[in-house]
Amino acid sequence: MSKVEFNKETGPREVFCGLTSIVWLHRRMPDAFFLVVGSRTCAHLIQSAAGVMIFAEPRFGTAILEEKDLAGLADAHEELDRVVNDLIARRPEIKTLFLVGSCPSEVIKLDLATVAEKLNKRFLGQVRFVNYSGSGIETTFTQGEDGALKALIPLMESSDEKKLLLVGTLANNVEDRFKKIFKNLGISNIESFPPRQSTELPKVGKNTKVLLTQPYLSDTVRDLKHRGCEIISAPFPLGIEGSTEWFLAAAKAFKISELKVHEIISPLINRAKLALESHKEILKGKRLFLLPESQLEISLARFLHNECEMDLIEVGTPYLNKDLMKEEINLLPDNTKIVEGQHVEKQLDRVRESNPDLVVCGMGLANPLEAEGISTKWSIEMVFSPIHGIDQAADLAGLFSKPLKRNQILTSKTLVTH
Amino acid sequence: MELTLWTYEGPPHVGAMRIASSMKDIHYVLHAPQGDTYADLLFTMIERRGQRPPVTYTTFQARDLGGDTAELVKKNIKEAVERFKPKTLLVGESCTAELIQDQPGALAKGMGFDMPIVNLELPAYSKKENWGASETFYQLTRTLLKEKVSYSEKISPLRWKEFGRRPKVNILGPSLLGFRCRDDVIEIQRILSEQGIDTNVVAPLGASPDDIERLIDAEINICLYPEIAEASCEWLKRNFGMEYTNTIPIGIKNTIEFINEVHKKLDLPLTNKKELENKSKLPWYSKSVDSNYLTGKRVFIFGDGTHAIAAAKIAKEELGFEVVGLGTYSREMARQVRATAKDLNLEALITNNYLEVEDAMKKAAPELVLGTQMERHSAKRLGIPCSVISTPMHVQDVPARYSPQMGWEGANVIFDDWVHPLMMGLEEHLIDMFKHDFEFVDGHQSHLGHTATSTKDILNSDEKKEKNSKEGIIWTESGRAELTKVPFFVRGKVKTNTEKYAILRGIPEISDETLYDAKAYFS
Repeated sequence: MSKVEFNKETGPREVFCGLTSIVWLHRRMPDAFFLVVGSRTCAHLIQSAAGVMIFAEPRFGTAILEEKDLAGLADAHEELDRVVNDLIARRPEIKTLFLVGSCPSEVIKLDLATVAEKLNKRFLGQVRFVNYSGSGIETTFTQGEDGALKALIPLMESSDEKKLLLVGTLANNVEDRFKKIFKNLGISNIESFPPRQSTELPKVGKNTKVLLTQPYLSDTVRDLKHRGCEIISAPFPLGIEGSTEWFLAAAKAFKISELKVHEIISPLINRAKLALESHKEILKGKRLFLLPESQLEISLARFLHNECEMDLIEVGTPYLNKDLMKEEINLLPDNTKIVEGQHVEKQLDRVRESNPDLVVCGMGLANPLEAEGISTKWSIEMVFSPIHGIDQAADLAGLFSKPLKRNQILTSKTLVTH
Repeated sequence: MELTLWTYEGPPHVGAMRIASSMKDIHYVLHAPQGDTYADLLFTMIERRGQRPPVTYTTFQARDLGGDTAELVKKNIKEAVERFKPKTLLVGESCTAELIQDQPGALAKGMGFDMPIVNLELPAYSKKENWGASETFYQLTRTLLKEKVSYSEKISPLRWKEFGRRPKVNILGPSLLGFRCRDDVIEIQRILSEQGIDTNVVAPLGASPDDIERLIDAEINICLYPEIAEASCEWLKRNFGMEYTNTIPIGIKNTIEFINEVHKKLDLPLTNKKELENKSKLPWYSKSVDSNYLTGKRVFIFGDGTHAIAAAKIAKEELGFEVVGLGTYSREMARQVRATAKDLNLEALITNNYLEVEDAMKKAAPELVLGTQMERHSAKRLGIPCSVISTPMHVQDVPARYSPQMGWEGANVIFDDWVHPLMMGLEEHLIDMFKHDFEFVDGHQSHLGHTATSTKDILNSDEKKEKNSKEGIIWTESGRAELTKVPFFVRGKVKTNTEKYAILRGIPEISDETLYDAKAYFS
């Protein structure tokens, strides 16, 4: 392990809660509905974080707790029953309904597991109910996906069939690319979790080899291990280096020679390196500060340093699972400063003191930093854009070079002014 | 429990944030978990603010709940006060903190600070954003002025005469995330100044706690947005005798009425009454022959109370439209909206459910929708032109250009914003008419997007529906052909009316003649 400097910080945070992950999860599984049991704040959060108005009736919603639910005047379980009945009558095409716990539902200890169990009996053969918590008192941002996936694991049937299981939401086109490459490598039995249809859950067992696509799935990994799956240890497939190591690790688990891997992916690598050049030109030598939010920060720091030659000032991460991040941390340059947790005010003091060229941060902070003359890249875009894999390395770099390039254009003095 | 797919208003603490962020030298310590920090982006992204909202979130976590969350609150208050040095501190809680009952306001008051502390109790499970903003502004005003109540004389609106100066008024209600507040304030100040009236304080937008303490230097209050300011205006009236205005200066008639009201209250002679009619281009533009086609256009209106009521009046009296639907999501304004609807022979739609609004819109078959960003989307789906008149805010509602809704320029903006989509509607009709000409380029993109219903689509979909309709009415070949010749924007209405007529008369098959019979019957 490289000599990385670990720090912990506590204090006021500026991070989304796990409910936010519904924004991409509901798109990944179009036959699923996400029903948050929470407050008006939860409803407002999801619609604001999604940043868009709704173009069609959405497949997520909030059962908003009211005073009578809290005062015990209404039986919360009966109320939820009623809401679910209405919802299913309205959306008969829904196959899986996620009951998503929130801060208020956790605090009043609403037992969503029991509710889900009862509903499963009633709607047997029609709709499946699972529950998890996306509450901000327990989860941050991308961790919501961890909860949702973990909740699906008990529904997965067992099978000893040998297979590669890609775990973590990917953009559909990236997933297709990965499958094609793995097939070329000679791995033919590949499945994804979450699947594109909530009802088409992969079967798992002792011959399932799990390859993670996202770094925020600690609980899911643990439960898959309990189901006998083997977890392939690898960095995450961001950038050329990460993706290459990721393919190599998978190949090794399937006893495919390194030579074969290189043979298949070297044309991709060459192509990607070429595409990366113009971005590298902009990013090279620039100083980067990553604030904690998406949990992708460590992988991004590794990519932006090793492949784009940026200098790392500080790498924030909402939480750190050293086991899961082992391979990533190994690839980081010596003396990288990792800060787990946040005290947003102190961290912003450090941002200002260190005078970075680019800050990766949440949407609440981006414009205020820009107004201070600091270029930013908002992290929520990483979870909405196809950024995984060798073919996407240049696009990933582009997310960071664009704000710098734009800054250059807007401040350029080439136009003659009269 | 209420199933909500989308909400017009946020929770009440977001309303409190709107007040805090609108002002200077204020800090708001909010006892809340980390997810609630999303609300910052409403200000930094939608309003494009270059400053963070002055809010510290305690961001308690599950593991804190077993321990001492009260200590966490105190630690955050202490740090926030040291760092931001506010002149007034707001302390409150969001929905989750309300459940754990740490009473952060009381904790703050026990910490020995010498600045005023406003303890905000905003019930998150029964109230919403605008209420929260109103309550926060009221509590703040009360806290900063209550000590002056006992020794202040009642404020006479006429005292400016004794003082030998121009009359002074306060403009109350404009806030961040309020619809076009930034520009309305400029427009109203300009109008008042023209009339020889000075602005004492604008609040909350741009005001500091010192400014709030100065409110009583003015003679009267302008209650510009009752959703936010009425409670404060009422308190100032009760305790200091300060009168406040009731007219909202949106539209020509209301702007003139507003000027009259202000003059009357101040006993200031109105010398330029005749000029007022010509201050905006709206009256002439509306009268010019080009606007003839606007007559009787069917409009459907939905928004916050203030803007929906104003829109109804302008639509009917200043543009000659026919209002075919009126509603609001502001329950606090339901009474007023109902009264306005009644005057228009309509029943007001009071709801927070956008799907109900969409259904009502569909039934009303309007030619123009005036609504929120959500109605813009619904209208787009239905292929109806729409103009946005109300919050909730979208980045598009904070235009770079000067674009008020109030006063003379506001009326100009309204004329353009409402009429241009209709002109596009007319263009749509022409596209429909000319599409059989050989010059017409196939694949012309409708401005309404792919959702604009083409003739073929409406017939196809209607055909399916007809087969299922329990009345069993059939459209014959000639009836259908005639229907395609009807301009698309009234086609839906013609179809419904003709079917209604057919049912009424027991006609099983609709021919071209039935269509004309129905037309005559309903005209």
